[in-house]
Amino acid sequence: MRRRHFLSAMAATLPALGCAGRLFAAPASAPRFLLVFLRGGYDCANVLVPYASDFYFESRPNIAIARPAGKTDDALVLDTNWALAPALRESIGALYAKKQAAFVPFAGTDDLSRSHFETQDSIERGLPLNRHDFHDGFMARLATVLGARAAPIAFTDALPLTFDGGGDIPNVSLRNVGKAPFDERQSAMLSGMYREHHLHAAVADGLQLRQHVAEEFAADAQAANRGAINARGFALQAERVARLMREQYRLGFIDVGGWDTHVNQGGAQGQLAANLDGLGRGLAAYAAALGSEWNDTVVAVISEFGRTFRENGNRGTDHGHGTAYWLLGGGIAGGRIAGEQVTVQSSTLLQNRDFPVLNDYRALLGGLFMRLWGLDRAQLERVFPQSTPHDLRLV
Amino acid sequence: MHASSTPTCCLIKFGVITLGRSIKHCLAATACACLVAAVPMPAYAAQANLSRDDILWLGRITYGVDSASAAHLREIGRAGFLDEQLTARDDRLPAPIQAQIDAMPISTRPAAGLLADEIAEQKRLRAASDDPDAKTAARQARNEDGNAFLRDAMRRHLLRAVYSPAQLKEQMDWFWLNHFSVFARKGAIRWLAADYDERAIRPHALGKFRDLVMATLTHPAMLQYLDNARNARGQINENYARELMELHTLGVDGGYTQHDVQELARILTGVSVFVKAERPGRRMLQSDGLYAFYPARHDFGDKQLLGQTIKGRGFAEVEEAVALLVRQPACARFISHKLAQYLVADEPPATLVAAMSQTFQRSDGDIAAVLRTLFESREFAASLGGKFKDPMHYVVSSVRLACDRGAIADERPLLGWLGTQGETLFGHQSPDGYALVESAWASSGQMTRRFETARAIGGNYANVLACSGDTKGDTPRLDGALYALALKPYLAAATRETLEQATSAREWNAVLLASPEWNYR
Repeated sequence: MRRRHFLSAMAATLPALGCAGRLFAAPASAPRFLLVFLRGGYDCANVLVPYASDFYFESRPNIAIARPAGKTDDALVLDTNWALAPALRESIGALYAKKQAAFVPFAGTDDLSRSHFETQDSIERGLPLNRHDFHDGFMARLATVLGARAAPIAFTDALPLTFDGGGDIPNVSLRNVGKAPFDERQSAMLSGMYREHHLHAAVADGLQLRQHVAEEFAADAQAANRGAINARGFALQAERVARLMREQYRLGFIDVGGWDTHVNQGGAQGQLAANLDGLGRGLAAYAAALGSEWNDTVVAVISEFGRTFRENGNRGTDHGHGTAYWLLGGGIAGGRIAGEQVTVQSSTLLQNRDFPVLNDYRALLGGLFMRLWGLDRAQLERVFPQSTPHDLRLV
Repeated sequence: MHASSTPTCCLIKFGVITLGRSIKHCLAATACACLVAAVPMPAYAAQANLSRDDILWLGRITYGVDSASAAHLREIGRAGFLDEQLTARDDRLPAPIQAQIDAMPISTRPAAGLLADEIAEQKRLRAASDDPDAKTAARQARNEDGNAFLRDAMRRHLLRAVYSPAQLKEQMDWFWLNHFSVFARKGAIRWLAADYDERAIRPHALGKFRDLVMATLTHPAMLQYLDNARNARGQINENYARELMELHTLGVDGGYTQHDVQELARILTGVSVFVKAERPGRRMLQSDGLYAFYPARHDFGDKQLLGQTIKGRGFAEVEEAVALLVRQPACARFISHKLAQYLVADEPPATLVAAMSQTFQRSDGDIAAVLRTLFESREFAASLGGKFKDPMHYVVSSVRLACDRGAIADERPLLGWLGTQGETLFGHQSPDGYALVESAWASSGQMTRRFETARAIGGNYANVLACSGDTKGDTPRLDGALYALALKPYLAAATRETLEQATSAREWNAVLLASPEWNYR
């Protein structure tokens, strides 16, 4: 009630605040897509565990996840070759059992720099490697192609590179959502001051969105004080993301850091497991909060690269290459490991070091987008130039 | 844009390409209007002979104009001012500020003792009671002590940024802290951040680049942060070796390979944090009580780095490798480009970067010399007013304007504003440091956060400013002599109109600090 009232009030002030074309677009029935970027290169071999490979256990004497044998710290069987980290058993494991989760191993990019920053940037741009367009991200191009069906937003402090070049795509962090600092008169003054400035849309959209979020989550502050146990970290944010995605947005981005585990990453327990636990709970909370809309939602969890297959001298892993992508959604054809695979052994490693990439991220995301929104080849070419979509029939 | 942006948006966007240009345009118009209307000049400005360019120049060389820096520029002119800044001739703080810093524990407790204490304390905590809750509580209490120490490191850095007359040195201190970024919440770094700033970065901020690399390489904060403390023969950890080339010296396109990363990691084996109990193996070759070179952990084989053979012989390999890295043309270009991005433009002109690179190579990486090339260039002059302030510049310049050398009653809110704007000191988790370009700071979410800071400073809601003579909590007067000198004559029509709409002094202040003119330097 209050929110609806607020929205109509906002609509009335729109002309005063100027152009805010991307806000409150609220398209009719269009699928939702959320991209979750794990920054730091998560160690996929300890998440999607190649338990059929003796080489895995030889390569990780201190940090391997135990073969599935029924104990809580063992990996959870997914198929004959792969098992899931126990830290994800309750969250992603449960979704997998309902066929609402799938994994694509040997996924990633041709970029072999093994640099976090270079590889994150090149993936976010989604262009052929020989192209250096610095302000041109693939999610922005996707938003452009989708037009009114897009309603894009980033749930981050800063606008991510992948939304760069898409016009004025809004961003808002949902970590802290207190009272809005400016009332409508003040917001109109401030955005009016920028009326002839290239930051005008950023100023006007930001002020509006900030007011909206404060209103939307006003009840949260009290609720969170009451039961503050899980009211921190990614899970709470993910629930808020779900509420905004349910109502207004269709194309979202969020990133999660802390995956660069060079030292003491742990196995079934420890640093990586704790991160996975938080991430898994958050994604499960996101699915739950979307309610029936979860059936019309796809989440892709990606990272810039995998890590060295062998553990290093410090019970951690160094920068590698191929990684595993996760796809989640109420209506996906999940419960399986998708894409090209090879047997995991030393001879199939890239440079005797890390996983090769057999499933190019542009091809597999392109294939996904094609099915999700019925994009044609010309439209896909705009999102991922010079890439042939690879349809894994996951949606 | 396809379909979704409204036409008005597009018109506006293309109509004003950069603020630098729009400001100049607006300024020309305003200046004429002033002459025609014969608006009486304020007394302060009547004595002044600082041009608009002088003001913008001063705003770039310093963190932001204040009355003292303006007066000093009038007195000695740009050439003298630049000389003083490049040599940091005077970096004395006002006595009460210096006294405040002297009273901080970071000024009295040497880092070597802190590190030893922290290592012992962590050991004790690990061995302590079996009760996991008690263990967690003890660990949290210990971290709180460390966080208080860290906050002092941040406060000192900010106080210097606001008050030091050596404004360029303070900016470069921040720049290099960011270039050789460490994250305080890892390991013992919260205890080491103060020393890292004080001994590894600040003394070399305008010195030789090579010294900066060696000082950071051998500082325990960096050794812990990028894991070289763990890098040993047979237990290679290549984290630091990679970032030393990618982020600190050559840049990702600097021409090195994965093999170079592995070889550099071998060269760096044995450079670690000093631990008293550690058996040095053979003779301990190097230590200052904070870092140590442990020969027993070093790989003494020969290495190939960037096509050169480095003879295996101990710590001298590290010095040879660093010397090799910093004399690469790629290093000169990479560092020059980043300096120019910080001090000139998001996409600095290639001609300028080339000239700076030449100076870098000719002067053996003399930072002050490279900066002189930058500041004396035509490209620099042409860039004035067009660089978006990152949060650090925004907060410090705003406090300099609002306080104008008056005392800050409580500088802790400054840390809070940097935090909400996403640029906490020692707070960047990944080693690339904070971005230096407008697009990283001017998204819709960030502009709103910034305006919240404008409101807090303008209304003094955080009770920060007790400018000289005022009572704590008074609304600062931002419409005084400094405003008349540095801002008022140059405001665009939209800003002037919006200021007129303000219904209180607090709101007027917030509008001024939120204005486009104030957000660029």
